[in-house]
Amino acid sequence: MVKELERAGIPTVHVCTIVPISKTVGANRIVPAVAIPHPLGNPSLGPKEEYALRKKLVEKALKALETDIEGQTVFE
Amino acid sequence: MLRVVHYLNQFFGQIGGEDKASIPPMVKEGPVGPGMAFKGSFGDKAEIVATVICGDSYFNENIEKATQEILQMIERYKPDVFIAGPAFNAGRYGTACGTICKAVQDKFGIPAVTGMYPENPGVDLYKKHVYIIKTTDSAAGMKNAVSKMASLALKLGFKEPIGAPEEEGYIPRGIRKNIFVEERASKRAVEMLIKKLKGEPFTTEYPMPDFDRVPPAKAVNVKEALIALVTSGGIVPKGNPDHIESSSASKYGKYSIEGIDNLTSETHETAHGGYDPVYANEDPDRVLPVDALRELEREGKIGKLYNYYYATVGNGTSVANARRFAQNIAKELLEDKVQAVILTST
Repeated sequence: MVKELERAGIPTVHVCTIVPISKTVGANRIVPAVAIPHPLGNPSLGPKEEYALRKKLVEKALKALETDIEGQTVFE
Repeated sequence: MLRVVHYLNQFFGQIGGEDKASIPPMVKEGPVGPGMAFKGSFGDKAEIVATVICGDSYFNENIEKATQEILQMIERYKPDVFIAGPAFNAGRYGTACGTICKAVQDKFGIPAVTGMYPENPGVDLYKKHVYIIKTTDSAAGMKNAVSKMASLALKLGFKEPIGAPEEEGYIPRGIRKNIFVEERASKRAVEMLIKKLKGEPFTTEYPMPDFDRVPPAKAVNVKEALIALVTSGGIVPKGNPDHIESSSASKYGKYSIEGIDNLTSETHETAHGGYDPVYANEDPDRVLPVDALRELEREGKIGKLYNYYYATVGNGTSVANARRFAQNIAKELLEDKVQAVILTST
């Protein structure tokens, strides 16, 4: 899906946990997530810390969208 | 008799379903689950001496650590051959099987065989390195998969010559072998061309590799951009109004988030059947971060969050369907002048 959205010319960042799959499928901008059942959260943290973690990941995704890249790039 | 070690996920290893997908690796002596079918196929030529079982999420969230842990468990049993799966169309399981097979080959110098449906992401990751028997997309094809995997494993274990992919049933590894044929190449080429011109079926001798890569789209200024959220993690309004399937999804949904600051267990849930839904149902923002994007919108760090989000279930969903969903979604997003997408996957 990421690839088709980009093919249509829409820059798309893939936030996902299994980075090798994202790479092999062909995503260009990849942000590694926390865990499979909660990519943008961590239930073991308190609500405040968990939200801060999520916001940071989303900001990382925005940063990826703002960055011109040559090829597949993982934004650690 | 060959010594075989077998790798299974938590489901086929009879530990449990998605609620057990986070278990670290463990080892059991002898065959487990599908191992019993392998035992039948191996007869007195090979014996499964141990089975390593690991949760799919644990493996994929800790690929390097899990691989090391599993290698240590395998080493003790001194296998001659390693088998994993079959994983059918289970993406996390396929990735695990491929990773472990390659690691075992590299570390112990013994052959490994696994089995997967051609669309399993583990295939593209590992087909060059590992023999992957082509299977159906579900465990309904277990019998056939086991018999082909077992036969190839025995051949590899006894160092017998391995036939071409279509003879043995494995997915082509991109290796070319010189063979002698009756007719010279020019004649074969002309015959093939004539068949092609007549519209008759023909078999190429060298299929062109399919490199489907899309060049990265240009960066955007997110402070001014209209940004949309898309997810394959199955987040839907409570009750799943469009009845998106929990696996092998045939559709996607488009849902308004206009005026919604935060997704909660009262308003949304996940329809995805391929991961433990407890955390996503408790707080759907853990998969679809509407709350964080709303705050970033208020802070002026993004132009605007698009009024709708799109969701499907990425669980054994065919590539053809996923492609079609995204093509339709892209068309609508472009019409509404959306400039960038954040796509989240579980």
